[in-house]
Amino acid sequence: MVDFTPVPALCGGLLIGAGASLLLLGIGRIAGVCGIVGSLLDAPRSPDAGWRTAFIVGLAFSGLVGFALAPASVTNVANSPPALVGAGLLVGYGARLANGCTSGHAVCGIGRGSTRSIVATCTFMLTAGVTVFLVRHVVGR
Amino acid sequence: MSMNIEVRLVGLGSGLLLGAGLMLAGMTRPEKVLAFLDVAGEWDPSLAFAMAGAIGVFAIAAFAARARLRPLWAEAFQWPEAALVDAPLVLGSALFGIGWGIVGYCPGPAIVSVGAGSIPAAWFTVARGVGMVAYRLSRR
Repeated sequence: MVDFTPVPALCGGLLIGAGASLLLLGIGRIAGVCGIVGSLLDAPRSPDAGWRTAFIVGLAFSGLVGFALAPASVTNVANSPPALVGAGLLVGYGARLANGCTSGHAVCGIGRGSTRSIVATCTFMLTAGVTVFLVRHVVGR
Repeated sequence: MSMNIEVRLVGLGSGLLLGAGLMLAGMTRPEKVLAFLDVAGEWDPSLAFAMAGAIGVFAIAAFAARARLRPLWAEAFQWPEAALVDAPLVLGSALFGIGWGIVGYCPGPAIVSVGAGSIPAAWFTVARGVGMVAYRLSRR
């Protein structure tokens, strides 16, 4: 059965957009999680380390509070640690090479009309879709 | 440095809003993300609504930002400068998508899930950090 939830998804999207808008209009920065985390790892003593750390703390804290209020909103994957590590390595390396990920390219980039971000988003949606197809419908048979 | 505390509060508030939005949208449920990507299976298009909502709100903010000289608590807007579609953009995005499709985590929702105490998300997040550092080292 398909768990179709357009209304919470839309409301969540509006909140995501509000968070990214706050960062842009407040301090002029793009709310790309990969850019923020990656810059923090690359330059931990930068003057920007303060707000970047606060942003990550905010993300994690929302998970802590949100899970306490609605435990069903966070689920665990059944993947083994090697699969999780392999996926993490690909995501981290790929996001830095592409200079952005889901939040940076698919939300902020497309929202400001960047051609690069449209190409990036189409590319990772395509390879993610192909990967899911292979895992679920070819290998998983 | 008088704006330092405001700048950090903006960072914190942005992270909180983004995290709350990711949870409400269902992005912290990897099976829902995979169902969104599984067009050939029992496709769940919900997350397209999340994308549309987020892009719509941010597009308004970006429009408003372009009409302003500077943000509220910083000297200038820092827009990404790259404009060229190049091989690293496409290759990096392709690798990112493969990793995303394997488990259904991307970096933001994984950090939110770590905050909620998820061990699988912690494995993913640590490896994601290693992947980022590996990229930096590979460029030396």
